[in-house]
Amino acid sequence: MELSKEKLLWMYKKMVQIRQFELKTDELYKKNMIWGTYHLYVGEEAAAVGACAALEPTDYITSTHRGHGHTIAKGADLKRMMAELLGKETGHCKGRGGSMHIADISTGHLGANGIVAGGIPIATGAALASKLRGDKRVTLCFFGDGAANTGAFNESLNMAAIWQLPVVYFCENNQYAMSAPVNKFTAVKNIADRAASYNMPGVIVDGNDVLEVYKAVKEAVDRARKGEGPTLIEAKTYRWFGHSKSDPRVYRTREEEEEWKKKDPIKRFAEKLLSEGVATEEELKKIDEEVAKEIEEAYQFAVESPEPMVEDLAKYVYAEEGE
Amino acid sequence: MAEKLYIEALAEAIKEEFERDPNVFMMGEDIGIYGGAFGVTKGMYPKYKDKLIETPISEASIVGAGVGAALVGMRPIVEIMFSDFMMDAMEWIVNQAAKLRYMTGGQLKVPLVIRSPMGSGTGAAAQHSQSLPAMFAHIPGLKVVMPATPYDVKGLFKAAVRDDNPVIFFEHKLLYWTKGEVPEGDYIVPIGKADVKREGKDITIIAGSITVIRSLEAAEKLKGEGIDVEVIDVRSLSPLDTETIVNSVIKTGKVLIVEDDNKSYGWGAEVLSRIVESDAFDYLDYPIQRLGGKDVPIPYNPKLERAAVPQVEDIIEAVKAIFGKE
Ligand SMILES: Cc1ncc(C[n+]2csc(CCOP(=O)(O)OP(=O)(O)O)c2C)c(N)n1
Ligand SMILES: [Mg+2]
Repeated sequence: MELSKEKLLWMYKKMVQIRQFELKTDELYKKNMIWGTYHLYVGEEAAAVGACAALEPTDYITSTHRGHGHTIAKGADLKRMMAELLGKETGHCKGRGGSMHIADISTGHLGANGIVAGGIPIATGAALASKLRGDKRVTLCFFGDGAANTGAFNESLNMAAIWQLPVVYFCENNQYAMSAPVNKFTAVKNIADRAASYNMPGVIVDGNDVLEVYKAVKEAVDRARKGEGPTLIEAKTYRWFGHSKSDPRVYRTREEEEEWKKKDPIKRFAEKLLSEGVATEEELKKIDEEVAKEIEEAYQFAVESPEPMVEDLAKYVYAEEGE
Repeated sequence: MAEKLYIEALAEAIKEEFERDPNVFMMGEDIGIYGGAFGVTKGMYPKYKDKLIETPISEASIVGAGVGAALVGMRPIVEIMFSDFMMDAMEWIVNQAAKLRYMTGGQLKVPLVIRSPMGSGTGAAAQHSQSLPAMFAHIPGLKVVMPATPYDVKGLFKAAVRDDNPVIFFEHKLLYWTKGEVPEGDYIVPIGKADVKREGKDITIIAGSITVIRSLEAAEKLKGEGIDVEVIDVRSLSPLDTETIVNSVIKTGKVLIVEDDNKSYGWGAEVLSRIVESDAFDYLDYPIQRLGGKDVPIPYNPKLERAAVPQVEDIIEAVKAIFGKE
């Protein structure tokens, strides 16, 4: 592998952070500590991490309702994320947004989104700005297989193609949009096949293989940065849990879930790191433990943080001059 | 009469309309085996699988296709999973469904129902919690209803399906699991008719959807303060039943309007205007008061979320203030 050990272990650590963060989220919800809803990213870690590993810190991403993984991979602070889930003033969105709306402008994260496909035109616009300003930034747009059936998807990809914008449309095809299986609700076999209608490259990757994701995204990002236009990448993956908090998953079988769990992206990557002699079991175990500690610290931070004040309800509705 | 949940009464109405008219069908996301995001169609699949057209995530075209099917004689019911997502379909609601009848000199009609959950109180934050009926009531050509009780949801739903015009049908999420009396079988609650949900002589509270339930609770508590509250449920915003409202105001002389939408440019302002333009104006012995949601997107934090819309205690306080009690 041509990537440095440092980078490879960074990837491993990010994936473990996402996994553990999500399991903690689920636990806190079950303890009634999280209000509202959330969408877990367990099983899809390689997609976010492989994609964000190919970006510069100054590059932008747009995210989705299932955004915790993207947010962690782009470098957000676990403490502030956890605080946001608990609705605290110290959260990334000061407790106003919650799980579905985490944004972190300091890491180029333009926001998760409660509206399916909401981020697709926004990513297109961020990329347009980069082109107009010549700032050499690239925008990576995360969205799901379900989002690919919206009008916004069609409009945006066409615009990005005619203007040759520096944007990578990264579709996480996790086989379902809520209860809707992709093969019944999408007319083409692969979402990447649609790239042909926008005259842009369409690439399919194994979304559970972090290095394959990285390679495909890196190539697309390099092209975008050179002014050679957008790419549509489809990462085939699977969400292990229900769509959101209470989903009995009547639309799929437990056997199918078990099959996909065998392709656990973290386990696969760990095995690769070990078999290629990049890391030892002790090193990986140390990372796992480090992450467990970070998650615990994030949780403590969130619990101890103050809630926003009701008097501040109307704060942030408008930008104040000079802010 | 049997007690039923709001959600059960609604499901009953949907099934009865499916059975009654072969042209009635429903379109929406996850309405089949999943039963819809709030479970309204739970258990209807597979029995009604031909009636439940499951769609991709394509709100604009779901509504647009509903308009098209309606034009050629079907009576589609469109479920939009959260009413916030209607914003993706505004073109086909506002520029198409609402106007086709008029623009074609009465040739076309659009017997379409768009039903959708609205409102806050579930921690779903700003893009899943809005109450926006006023926005639709502003558009000529649309009818807008928002039933508050299991009885009304069943009867109004049937009226909506049988109406020859596009009807936007709002269901506040917190109402789904409330109970009330619901008759068996067919009955209609007419669109455009308000309902006196509680009689009283001292003050008229005018409410809609969730705020009806909160106002009734407030009214019970205010009884202890010696204030006899009349609660009017507008039920339908467009058309609005001015007469029922005016008659009540003539009787009580005091008005509090309580809406769940945020207050500025809300439907309460329209109600207020209808009162002051009517004979009831001379009977008012106190300035009309309004309570509405704060002019903010709905926040995630539960305390903030609660503070963003009128609660029972806010209604009690507002009524007491009118009577000079603190
Ligand atoms: C415009 C809009 N329609 C519907 C929804 C409800 N909804 C939230 S997520 C979702 C499924 C999204 O599927 P996909 O894009 O594949 O993402 P995944 O959940 O699989 O990550 C749906 C229907 C929404 N949030 N926004
Ligand atoms: Mg999906």
